[in-house]
Amino acid sequence: MIENLPPGMILILGALLVPFLRGRVAGLYMLLLPVLGLAQLLALPDQYSLNLEFLGYELQPVRVDRLSRIFGIIFHLAAFLSVLYSLHVKDRIQQVSGLAYAGAGIGAVFAGDLITLFIYWELTAITSVFLIWASRTEKAHRAGLRYLVVQVLSGVLLLAGAIMHYEESGSLAFGHLGLGSTGTQLIFLGFGIKAAFPLLHNWLQDAYPQATPTGTVFLSAFTTKLSIYALARGYAGTDILIPIGAAMTAFPIFFAVLENDLRRVLAYSLNNQLGFMVVGVGIGTELALNGTAAHAFAHILYKALLFMTMGAVLHRTGTTKATDLGGLYKSMPWTTFFCLIGAASISAFPLFSGFVSKSMILTAAAEEHHLGAFLVLLFASAGVLHHSGIKIPFYGFFGHDRGLRTREAPLNMLLAMGCAAALCVGLGVWYEPLYALLPYAVDFEPYNVTHVVTQLQLLLFALAAFIFMYKVHLEPPEIRAIHLDTDWFYRRAGKRLALSLGASVQSLWAAVTGSALGVAGGLGAWVARVHRPGGPVGEPLPSGKSALWAALLLFAFLVLALLVSDI
Amino acid sequence: MSEHLSALIVVLPLLAAPVCLLLRQTRMVRAWTSIVAWACLCMALTLLERVHTGGVITYAMGGWDPPLGIEYRLDALNAYLLVIVTAIASVVFPSGVILTDTSLPEGKAHLYFAALLLCLAGLLGITSTGDLFNVFVFVEITSLSSYTLISLGKNRQALTAAFSYLVMGTIGGTFLLVGIGFLYQVTGTLNMNDLALRLPELLGSRTILAGFAFLMVGGSIKLAVFPLHQWLPNAYTHAPAAVSAFIAATATKVSYYLLARIIFTVFGAAFVFDALHLHWLLMPLAIAAMFAGSLAAVFQTDLKRLLAYSSIAQIGYMTLGLCMASETGLTGGIVHLFNHALMKGGLFLAVACVVMRTGSSSVNAISGLGRKMPLTMAAIVVGGLSLIGVPGTAGFISKWYLVVGALERGWYAVSVLILLSSLIAVVYVWRLVETAFFGVPEHEVCEVPWTSWLPTWILIGATLVFGIWTDVTVGGASAAARALLGVTP
Repeated sequence: MIENLPPGMILILGALLVPFLRGRVAGLYMLLLPVLGLAQLLALPDQYSLNLEFLGYELQPVRVDRLSRIFGIIFHLAAFLSVLYSLHVKDRIQQVSGLAYAGAGIGAVFAGDLITLFIYWELTAITSVFLIWASRTEKAHRAGLRYLVVQVLSGVLLLAGAIMHYEESGSLAFGHLGLGSTGTQLIFLGFGIKAAFPLLHNWLQDAYPQATPTGTVFLSAFTTKLSIYALARGYAGTDILIPIGAAMTAFPIFFAVLENDLRRVLAYSLNNQLGFMVVGVGIGTELALNGTAAHAFAHILYKALLFMTMGAVLHRTGTTKATDLGGLYKSMPWTTFFCLIGAASISAFPLFSGFVSKSMILTAAAEEHHLGAFLVLLFASAGVLHHSGIKIPFYGFFGHDRGLRTREAPLNMLLAMGCAAALCVGLGVWYEPLYALLPYAVDFEPYNVTHVVTQLQLLLFALAAFIFMYKVHLEPPEIRAIHLDTDWFYRRAGKRLALSLGASVQSLWAAVTGSALGVAGGLGAWVARVHRPGGPVGEPLPSGKSALWAALLLFAFLVLALLVSDI
Repeated sequence: MSEHLSALIVVLPLLAAPVCLLLRQTRMVRAWTSIVAWACLCMALTLLERVHTGGVITYAMGGWDPPLGIEYRLDALNAYLLVIVTAIASVVFPSGVILTDTSLPEGKAHLYFAALLLCLAGLLGITSTGDLFNVFVFVEITSLSSYTLISLGKNRQALTAAFSYLVMGTIGGTFLLVGIGFLYQVTGTLNMNDLALRLPELLGSRTILAGFAFLMVGGSIKLAVFPLHQWLPNAYTHAPAAVSAFIAATATKVSYYLLARIIFTVFGAAFVFDALHLHWLLMPLAIAAMFAGSLAAVFQTDLKRLLAYSSIAQIGYMTLGLCMASETGLTGGIVHLFNHALMKGGLFLAVACVVMRTGSSSVNAISGLGRKMPLTMAAIVVGGLSLIGVPGTAGFISKWYLVVGALERGWYAVSVLILLSSLIAVVYVWRLVETAFFGVPEHEVCEVPWTSWLPTWILIGATLVFGIWTDVTVGGASAAARALLGVTP
């Protein structure tokens, strides 16, 4: 019985039982679910599939192959870590929806046809919005609604595309799709929304920082990586993805520089990391796709780790604003330590997980002679070091000591962070098991001279200079240090250029969205006025007027009949 | 005995109604109405089974042969309708909320039940008969009993709501009668099948065309097609909640049947759509209903009113299926009729449970009730998901057929509009979910007794069952669609 259950179902169905359990039993039970799910997945044979017919359509609710298996494994891992991290939360809605959300994400990865994919796709949207609303603030409520509408829209595009694709090709199978027809283009757009393509990305920075501290950890793992998987499955080697991905890696950097809320900085950096994967999918060679899968795997772990550390800070201090934090390393040493590991991983220091995966994508770009993309990715790597590698730990835990004294994070949070950190280091050092899971056979050695030296040039120079400047300009250290890092990365003019570029992009964007919002707002006001109780549609007309409508309609019927009465 | 079933199913509730006056005691009357409804359901199921195996059943009332005598004629469509109507009646009548928020004086409940049975008899009569004038008679029986039922709501506005329904309903009934009169004047027959044989030669006649227009508008008023829906929101809001559940799930469905019967059986799709291009007029109205109804539902502050406006939108979807005049489109319309009866019936019953406990049907009344009345609130959530058309619920199946039907006709824009309007449903359903599960409880209440939540969950559970197991609903609907289009399987 249990092996016939589609992967993910254990989590979805299991989540429904959570409200009936109490205390430690509930905690153990919730931790057991992802473990059971993973065991079931690992027991499934390779190339396993489940087919059935529904309404006359051939569906394939389960399809296991190497590409879906690696995503399935990391999703289970992420679910386990997220549950562990959120064990202390008393609000059961978060855990139920989080588990169901993880299950839906896993189910989607194993969907072999577009209809099954659509069902899980929408399920991820519906379950995850509760993680945002669980903050129970007005801002979170509004952000959640916007998030839900965008996510459901992406699903609707997927469904519309699937139907058109079926009409054209007669197949609902979810294999390579390409951009050949209107249907597949619609599906591409639906995937693009979830993958947060440039200009379609705003929901991410809008919603993720509004979620609860534990909710963001769940959110960061599944939605976007699901769409990376979907792109890799349907659109590998689609050239347009390379410029899209390159733009995705570059533009969030400007925003991340300006941003004060550290969780939002992480949301921008999430966008930037997705860019690397999208480029990988766009290149589409075996090495690039391996790199994409590996990077998604590593990325889920270190991004979850970083969100966990910021969540711990938020849990203890109630804020993640850079201007309000600083000096926390004294009271939260373990969290600081884990944050540094996460920062090193995302910056792709050798011996950390980001390095073994990102270098694959960079090498693939170089091998296929995508010079422009390669350079953008290098620039973006430096940007990552700045805003995630240095800005997050520096403002959060070092920097200006604001006198915040608090306790270390709760034990379950520390355990979750510890596991994630151990995996980040483990994958960086002992990467062979990860490479063995990749979709294609791997002929790649991350630790050769070129890779290590390129990366170290980029990183160690930056770090050495950071330390040097910090020593020289000790008076007053914090303000100097803040100038220092931006100075180093963008040089003095570069900084101004970056800032003004960022500002002008932002103001241009604000103008565009502002006028769009104006139009939408006017339309919305009109709709509300007309449909509200008391408006012409929202309130029934008196009988006299409705009788008039009946007469008008009769007139219309008679005119129609008159026009064609010569039959 | 068994050959009289198609007459008996109408006669039984009609004769059972006066019996209520003799029984008088509330408990006895309740049991009696429930037994009658169940008996009707058994008969309807037997009839449906017989139609599917043995083809059309005709019955000459009183032994007078048609076309002179009144003929009862059951095919796949009206047998399907009979099952819907009797099924809803057999769930709603025994429900524990049947008397919730009524303004009955002590000891007068038997009159209320008599009106319910009369309404049931009228609906079954419209559905079974093959005679147009007989249709008009049953329409009036249904209307009169439903005016009574609506006026029994506990607010004083129930009286004005019933009155304006009476005005509009009478206009609709009169239009139907005028239309029937015109047809009779030209053809000299009232039997629908006989009309269908005689009409093709006479279609050029102005009288026939005018008669058709009157019939269409009269039927549209009864069906509450936008913008003739004005009677519906107030009627559903102020009627007792169980009456809203019964009427919303059955009366508009039967009116839909009547329109479909007139269009496809009496006049024929070729005349109505190919020559007259009726869809030019009806489709914009259907689409306007989908959007106006859903948007108006978003802004309502009363649960019953919200559901009423959502009904207007759902009627839009069904009318759209009618306009497609293809097997897929009609299947979508008819299956939506079935599914919508289940979900709206279930949702109104859930609201009745809310009224039973909190005494109010405003949206704020369910604030935070997710923990206090989990079964009722879960029913609202599942019913709402089905209204949106989330896969796995019955609503998805019907919207799927409608979208496919639109694509078959090449109406790509229409299929997009169906999906877009479903997005609006997300908003109003989610408002309810949020209020119920994230709001602060205003009332100290507990879950309703099983006699109230069980009927709710029978209907809501059925939306889940028929969301996955579609053999019966889609199979029956497509057989009905083929019967309408005159295609032999």
